[in-house]
Amino acid sequence: MIISAALLGVIAVILAWPFPLVLARSDWPARSPDVALVLWQTIALSGGMSMIGSLLLYGLVPFGNALPQSVIFLGDSLRSGTLPADTRFTHVLALGAAILLSTHLLLNLFATFVRAERQRRRHYTLIALLSDPLNGQPGMRVIDHPAPVAYCLPGAGHSATVLSKGLLRLLDADQVRAVIAHERAHLVQQHHLVLLAFKSWHSALPWFPIANRAENAVALLVEMIADDRARRDVDDRTLATAIALVGLGQQPEVLAAASDGESDEPWISSPERALVAPRVYRLMNQALPLSRLATMAVFVTAIALALAPAIVLLRA
Amino acid sequence: MLRMANLGVLERLLMDVLWDSPTPLSANDLKDSLMRPGLATKPTKPLATTTVLTVLSRLETKGFVTRDRSVRPHTYTAVMTRATHTAELMHEVLGQVPDRQAALVRFIGGVTPQEADTLRQLLGVATTDNL
Repeated sequence: MIISAALLGVIAVILAWPFPLVLARSDWPARSPDVALVLWQTIALSGGMSMIGSLLLYGLVPFGNALPQSVIFLGDSLRSGTLPADTRFTHVLALGAAILLSTHLLLNLFATFVRAERQRRRHYTLIALLSDPLNGQPGMRVIDHPAPVAYCLPGAGHSATVLSKGLLRLLDADQVRAVIAHERAHLVQQHHLVLLAFKSWHSALPWFPIANRAENAVALLVEMIADDRARRDVDDRTLATAIALVGLGQQPEVLAAASDGESDEPWISSPERALVAPRVYRLMNQALPLSRLATMAVFVTAIALALAPAIVLLRA
Repeated sequence: MLRMANLGVLERLLMDVLWDSPTPLSANDLKDSLMRPGLATKPTKPLATTTVLTVLSRLETKGFVTRDRSVRPHTYTAVMTRATHTAELMHEVLGQVPDRQAALVRFIGGVTPQEADTLRQLLGVATTDNL
């Protein structure tokens, strides 16, 4: 049992630091963003399971040599109010940490989803009042604002893609088609769920360096996946130009000039991470996707990573 | 009973009238202006004043209109102009409101200044090629 705990600890450390670091620094995810996204999800899931599992197994060492028996014995001990003689403070600490960590992560995930759903409802109400349908297309809304903006509002039964008049003025018909195809891909593939999960992971563990890196990497990958879907409808250059034009149109100076004193609040420059230029680069350079062999290798790694902590836990 | 979809449409119609009106309006005024010819979207049949009142109280709960109870009949005003609501929404969308972006997925986040330079160069290339 102590060996299993140590083994899970090693997996947790590898997945918490060196492995994601190498992944975040490598170039291939831009070539096959969908494959890389699978790997990031596996890292998060397997990393969390290993970390909690390791603490749990270590804490259960005094209670038995196998996981099921030790859990039963722990229950008996709690009921009778006595601990086995060889229980140390560190065992109790590890058990407490395992319970706290898993509760914290789950509650945070739940809270993040509830908060997002509430914001989405409020936003949807405003959109219904302030925007008009685009050429009678269901789920497409146009809002009267000079800033070039496009986004989608996911949600069961009432998802919407919103474009601003500023965007429709800035882009030609093909470029608008590219934007719509991109947003539709986000909605169809439910990207907001992945984004929210990683956002919640980051906000639950703000001191965890890799959580921030993972959230940024996943945000970029999701955009690239949606870009790849849009490339089936329009050519790469049209999409790249649309991204560049909208990106440039959202700079604070441009926004201030466009709103023409209508809004008193200053437009603040928000981004601290580069999520736009990498997308344009890969469209202009037409990077080839990963070979079938390399893709297989990544998937095998992902499956191994996902199964490893489960196998160790079940055999403990 | 009105269906939800109808309520949404009515909310929209009433807000449009209130946003365009320079003075506070009573439920009866609102009912009449909805039936006025020339309105782009109109209810299919004349509305009952009680229906208008129901929709108005929903809008009041949501914080879009205020009711003046000192006069008879009560009159209603839009809390903010349409432009202010839109500007607020856009600030949220463009990430000016902290932690308010979780609900939506944008086509583009903001660009860093370095990225802007890169994009300008790329666009320059694209436009010369097109000529």
